[in-house]
Amino acid sequence: MGASDLSSIGQPVRRREDYRFLTGCGQFTDDVSPTNHVHAWFLRSPHAHARIRKIDVATAKAAPGVLAVYTGEDLAGVNGLPCGWLITGTDGQPMKEPPHWVLAKGKVCYVGDALAMVVAESGEQAKDAAELIAVDYEVLPAVVDPVAALKSGAPQIHEGAPGNKCYTWALGDKAAVDAAFAKAAHVTKLDIVNNRLIPNAIEPRAAVATFSRADDGYTLYVTSQNPHVERLLMTAFVLGLPETKVRVIAPDVGGGFGSKIYLYPEETAMVWASKHVNRPIKWTAERSESFLSDAHGRDHVTHAELALDKDGKFLAMRVHTTAAMGAYLSTFASCVPTILYATLLAGQYTTPAIYCEVTAVFTNTAPVDAYRGAGRPEATYVVERLVHAAGVEMGIAQDEIRRRNFIRTFPYQTPVALLYDTGGYDACLDEAMNIADVKGFPARKADAAKRGKLRGIGYSSYIEACGIAPSNIAGALGARAGLYEVGEVRVNPTGGVTVFTGSHSHGQGHETTFAQVVASRLGIPIDTVEIVHGDTGRVPFGMGTYGSRSLSVGGTAIVKAIDKVVAKGKKIAAHLLEAAEADIEFKDGKFGVAGTDRSKTFAEIALTAYVPHNYPLDKVEPGLNETAFYDPTNFTFPAGTHICEVEIDPDTGVVDIVNFSACDDFGNIINPMIVEGQVHGGLAQGIGQALMECCVYDKESGQLLTGSYMDYAMPRASHFPPFKVATKVTPCTHNPLGAKGCGEAGAIGAPPALMNAVHDALAAVGVTYLDMPATPHRVWQAINSAKH
Amino acid sequence: MPVSLSLTVNGKPTSADVDARTLLVEFIRNNLALTGTHVGCDTGQCGACTVLIDGNAVKSCTILAAQANGAQITTIEGLAEANGELHPMQAAFKDCHGLQCGFCTPGMVLSALDLVKRYPDADEAKIREQLEGNICRCTGYQNIVKAIAQGAAAMRR
Repeated sequence: MGASDLSSIGQPVRRREDYRFLTGCGQFTDDVSPTNHVHAWFLRSPHAHARIRKIDVATAKAAPGVLAVYTGEDLAGVNGLPCGWLITGTDGQPMKEPPHWVLAKGKVCYVGDALAMVVAESGEQAKDAAELIAVDYEVLPAVVDPVAALKSGAPQIHEGAPGNKCYTWALGDKAAVDAAFAKAAHVTKLDIVNNRLIPNAIEPRAAVATFSRADDGYTLYVTSQNPHVERLLMTAFVLGLPETKVRVIAPDVGGGFGSKIYLYPEETAMVWASKHVNRPIKWTAERSESFLSDAHGRDHVTHAELALDKDGKFLAMRVHTTAAMGAYLSTFASCVPTILYATLLAGQYTTPAIYCEVTAVFTNTAPVDAYRGAGRPEATYVVERLVHAAGVEMGIAQDEIRRRNFIRTFPYQTPVALLYDTGGYDACLDEAMNIADVKGFPARKADAAKRGKLRGIGYSSYIEACGIAPSNIAGALGARAGLYEVGEVRVNPTGGVTVFTGSHSHGQGHETTFAQVVASRLGIPIDTVEIVHGDTGRVPFGMGTYGSRSLSVGGTAIVKAIDKVVAKGKKIAAHLLEAAEADIEFKDGKFGVAGTDRSKTFAEIALTAYVPHNYPLDKVEPGLNETAFYDPTNFTFPAGTHICEVEIDPDTGVVDIVNFSACDDFGNIINPMIVEGQVHGGLAQGIGQALMECCVYDKESGQLLTGSYMDYAMPRASHFPPFKVATKVTPCTHNPLGAKGCGEAGAIGAPPALMNAVHDALAAVGVTYLDMPATPHRVWQAINSAKH
Repeated sequence: MPVSLSLTVNGKPTSADVDARTLLVEFIRNNLALTGTHVGCDTGQCGACTVLIDGNAVKSCTILAAQANGAQITTIEGLAEANGELHPMQAAFKDCHGLQCGFCTPGMVLSALDLVKRYPDADEAKIREQLEGNICRCTGYQNIVKAIAQGAAAMRR
């Protein structure tokens, strides 16, 4: 193999993790079955809101196979689950943080709220025994809609949160915005509902908790995107255990999409209980439980206004959003509709003044938290629906109104706190229009009309902010955690390299992408690189995977550790080659003396470091093992344009996506095959939101009406056309990989593209406004209402 | 009440006494420790538990183990060659990046084999239609569809 073959950067290297998944050798949490393990089952509230008068567990405790039954009162000394981000309101007060008990105490606040745990020899016995628990409920009125929850007279969910309000928070210069609106030639106004979604990773949440008397320690296997964060929150804030005594392992995880970031009640109760029953305890959610109890996404109600001058130039934006938190604050719930939302409202545009006010509200529903995109899809939907509507109202073409307002000078300071380092928005728009064959659209529309179909085209020029950072600024904004990542590069004596990363892969292919980075940087074959993740017992520390941060933050931490390895290797090489350290160059896997042909291979240096017979022991320690913590100086800003073309059957209301094109700028790309896969998946989730997915609670009873795959519409293969995807590259300026992140782009860009296309198609029949999802029922109703 | 069961799984005959209510997927995962067959839902929708029974794709969460008495069952563990070489359909999934988290993958691959058996020349639209019973949340199905077409072509050779 020649040296140049060692660099696989930019190559579609086939995934190294695939073999185990394709042969059934993956190890997911439910596949872990310690000897002598028992099973947990959680009794969940059938009521959306009720006081618990009494829980009688005596019969359940006596049931066959039952080892223990625990209620909230039994968990003495166990604190509530914490929220990781403190939002301070416009009134200067901290957000309201009602207690979120591991098992409900005193009252239950949503259907699915866990109030007792049964531990039994078999899962069936635990489930059967749970039915024998007698709970005396005083059922209270419930409220599931965030706007209704703020109205006077609404049921009060928490004593400590009057009016169900968690906080009202604002960002931007209100006076400047008001002044700009006063002189606007045109104002576009929209009332928007961003529909509530249920994440639905195909692997349900699961946990296996084991206590060992030998070392008074616990091991938790859990479906987590960030095992160290899980351990930190669980030990330091909830259970009061030393971190040294708890090992959290997130093995193969079957999709996350945000829903597996959070510390949930179930695994917390199981770790606590594992010592009390002194047997390993296993729990795997049934899908019905996932629907009820996984943190949901979105659920915003927004009024938004865009002020324009006579030429269609944006002057100002004004946004008011009511955001549901659900019954309790999930781990990062509070930052989603604020820090991750209002800051994105500039989009790709030079809008000089933006003001956003957000009221977060408790409702009798499952908690709401980050779901693929987290705040950024909601912001993009507001911006791109406004832009579309403004273009229609002012008679400016959709590409043209965007071009008139694109940011073209970088770095660019937005009026909503972010500093965009780089971008190339025209290039993505051009290419998206090219692959979408926009020129041919009028002919296709005319042809559709001949067939009695309504054809429409919609644009979405999105931006996202990934790799949330830096820690000190996030801390000033209320983050209760750091936002760095950790990489450890352990060079083995024979030259192989084991890399420990704090990022977690649950479908993203890090074992391949990260190995490409390491192999290329060190000039060694990729087969000699092993990537380890997901285990607090092996990886030094880590913040995990969320917000499309793994390559730009986690990958950079690895690069920084590699830099340290190379620096040390140069010292060793200088000694071996009897040259000055400054004269040593590292290239293509060799440490050489500049201007000579004298060199040592990476493997020779590694061996020397571990067998230091001829070694500068007075200057350098033996061994070759380096760790780096990398805290980014800024977010990264992926951006692009998505174009959707739909054909609607006016007789049935069915929306057929006939063409979906995306051109994205993710900065430098390590593995284009994996990036394309991430785009595909994101688009499918974004299209799912816009076309069919919608979580529905009954307004009176608070019952979840979309609690199974028979009621909640999951996208299937037949719902999609082949996606056309392309990329443009402006490298990120502040990380050594030049990478920006690609995991969420599709989910952010797709919903407004699709809905703008639907609006474009329906304009012909007089429909002016439709909320997501554009189901046949809604579309048909809109068409028929417009007729009358 | 226990029932006696004799069946062949991945070419190996096996017998057991199981609780009558034991689902086939529970038997496969818990009794045989073949954990490649996954459970993703409780309503027979997601298809993660798909296995081949006498060559036909069946969701193993929808039948009792007792109903499979005497059957020939193939799970994902039974597809590759003894030397570890992947079946052409497995190889196509890898080559086309037809999987991400890997959880729905075993069911997808086994459904694909059933699909190819019934429609050896399935075009893209037919493949999409026939994947109705398998949900994937990661890939948007794009590369799964591509993989099945490529796998089918490889199997014809």
